[in-house]
Amino acid sequence: MADMPEGHQGEGFFATSLNSVIGLARKNSIWPLPFATSCCGIEFMATMGSHYDLARFGSERVGFSPRQCDLLMVMGTIAKKMGPVVKQVYLQMAEPRWVIAVGACASSGGIFDTYSVLQGIDQVVPVDVYVPGCPPRPEAIIDGVMRIQDLVGKESLRRRNSQQYKALLDGYGIQ
Amino acid sequence: MSLTNEHIKQRLTEKFGEQVSAFSEPYGMLTFESPKDFNLKVLNFLFDDEELRFRFLTDLCAVHYPDKPGNELAVVYHLHNLQDNIRIRFKVYTDINKPDVYTATGLFSSANWMERETYDFYGINFVGHPNLKRILNVDEMDYFPLRKQYPLEDQSRIDKDDEMFGRGGTIGFGTEKTDHGTLTESHKTNVGNDIV
Amino acid sequence: MSEQHIKLPEGSIEKTTTTLNLGPTHPATHGVMQNILELDGERIVSTEQTIGYIHRAFEKIAERRPLYQITPLTDRLNYCSSPINNMGWHITCEKLLGVKTPKRVDYLRIIIMELARVSDHLICNSIVGVDSGAYTGFLYVMQYRELIYEIYEEVCGSRLTTNIGRIGGFERNFNDIAFQKLEKFLKEFPKVWKEFENLFNRNRIFMERTIGAGPISADRALNYGFTGPNLRAAGVDYDVRIHSPYSSYEDFQFTVPVGTTGDCYDRFLVRNEEIWQSMSIIEQAYKKVQEFKGAEAEIYHADVPEYYLPPKKDVYTKMEALIWHFKIIMGEIDMPAGEVYQSVEGANGELGFYFISDGGRTPYRLHFRRPCFVYYQAYEELTKGAMLSDAIIVMSSLNLIAGEMDA
Repeated sequence: MADMPEGHQGEGFFATSLNSVIGLARKNSIWPLPFATSCCGIEFMATMGSHYDLARFGSERVGFSPRQCDLLMVMGTIAKKMGPVVKQVYLQMAEPRWVIAVGACASSGGIFDTYSVLQGIDQVVPVDVYVPGCPPRPEAIIDGVMRIQDLVGKESLRRRNSQQYKALLDGYGIQ
Repeated sequence: MSLTNEHIKQRLTEKFGEQVSAFSEPYGMLTFESPKDFNLKVLNFLFDDEELRFRFLTDLCAVHYPDKPGNELAVVYHLHNLQDNIRIRFKVYTDINKPDVYTATGLFSSANWMERETYDFYGINFVGHPNLKRILNVDEMDYFPLRKQYPLEDQSRIDKDDEMFGRGGTIGFGTEKTDHGTLTESHKTNVGNDIV
Repeated sequence: MSEQHIKLPEGSIEKTTTTLNLGPTHPATHGVMQNILELDGERIVSTEQTIGYIHRAFEKIAERRPLYQITPLTDRLNYCSSPINNMGWHITCEKLLGVKTPKRVDYLRIIIMELARVSDHLICNSIVGVDSGAYTGFLYVMQYRELIYEIYEEVCGSRLTTNIGRIGGFERNFNDIAFQKLEKFLKEFPKVWKEFENLFNRNRIFMERTIGAGPISADRALNYGFTGPNLRAAGVDYDVRIHSPYSSYEDFQFTVPVGTTGDCYDRFLVRNEEIWQSMSIIEQAYKKVQEFKGAEAEIYHADVPEYYLPPKKDVYTKMEALIWHFKIIMGEIDMPAGEVYQSVEGANGELGFYFISDGGRTPYRLHFRRPCFVYYQAYEELTKGAMLSDAIIVMSSLNLIAGEMDA
């Protein structure tokens, strides 16, 4: 059961801000796109299993088409060969979109400080939440998803059109 | 009669004489080498001979020895006789300036990708290979990374530089020594501008 | 980085076949590999594979790390069964350094390795089920992988990338909780596995999907360098545990299941049967471990202070222990120069370690013979003339782990 947002209620009506209602609806029905490349992907499979069950958070349907998903979960090492692919998948997602970097390799390159590994996916896409660990325990992945839920619930409806957001995307070369 | 390392060595020296040399048995596996022009002849002999029957290529890799001029790159074949359960290691050496070795893909289909990987890492040109291009690294890479002279880390990464690890830099975390000259001009002002 | 990471072949506008990109991001967690298929209607004419999307340069990293720091690297090769990689690496080091492990250590290693093999085959077979539309098997079986993870946690502290063991043995003795969990696993899992087999083995739809998909003959399989369950499904009974036994496998009784045609159904059945054989090996090993009593039951590592970290209380009180501790952590152990090749039976086949040492702190050259890399070359031959849906089933039944393929 989700918490009710703050507002005024009376006989047969409840008044609150549009922001909080939409935030509430969005945060409890996030459709993730699991972009699993390596070991963290196996921990994600364990998270989706019945023991840790990510589906309780509204993520019952994991989609594999970027056009239909809200949350890009990048799990695993991203090599330089894979960098353009991550960017292409990110570009295909529709606003509002969030990115979570699961694992040490996706956050900063992890233990692989080599010529062929991208040192963190924030070199190519803007990231909202980083989940450290190698691999992070399923509880940690769920904690990351819960923080995304906080971000989604509190996000202002005007953020995606604001100057700061445009400047952020320009920093990555995304129009 | 069971196949032993002694017997294999005897058969090889009978057939090839001086062309096979440097026999040794580190940890029980017979190891020998031959000039690179003879690699296919030796492999074919080991494959076709009814007594030797080395018909499984376990592994193909290369090693870089920068301090052996004229013989810098070694290609190492590990072969396995499955019926008699004997393994053997065969090396050919080649010069780094002209690293041409005949391909083994005609004999073993598994050599295809193994040779591509060896080419990708060391730059050995396998003569006669059907599709010799890079397999694991990006296609645009212009050097052969596993050679000893190249560093492991990507030298152009900006977030693990000396600034971040307190080894110098301009922000001043209190541990600076002399400026090592590793910072680019833009980083000498404020690194924070680069991070969005 | 290039703009176009997919290169279209020459003449791609004029030709009559369709090009389909089975891109690096799959809708199933197989890992990242790309296939460009040429289709004539629904039949596959040719395929072209691109790998390297997760190339992490393990072999180059290994040239910079002392021996104990390479163990976490080997974890990440076949991450579904990482204890096997760790133990394989430690056995290679022991061969080079001349360390002999006591029997109890060998039997405990076998328990952990066979658990890892079970866990890998569980993933592979349930994903074959998912790819042919049967999601239930996967969810059902993941529950029991959690039990296996709990057993690893009792010994080494982590679930997936275990970094388990040391050169010469284990870092701590298996405590009672670990053995209790092992007994629980041995008691409960066979029923579950029987149910999984009932769901799939004689299931009409599953059989129609997998029989005849991607067959390969024994000769071609040997020429392509297949090893492991894929080779055994083609009819060749090559198992490294029997041919070159390591870690006292010769003390155990087990059979090696062999198929006939080498198609997906045979591979599935071979893996199923291997799980039963692994369970039998674990039971035998557990019985043998329980026969050690008294002081022998406390042995969990070989007596090699030069390579095995001493217990902490000795480090604080005894001089030799302090010196060994310092030398091992700093990587100043005395490695003899030489070259060794040691292979273990990984879940996918023969996982080999070719280790050249020049007597320094780190290996001069370390090469991993990775089974997935070697047998993925045969994918084109396996799918020639097959339908598109067979291509997916073949890929998942080969059990391709991208981390192992690209190393």
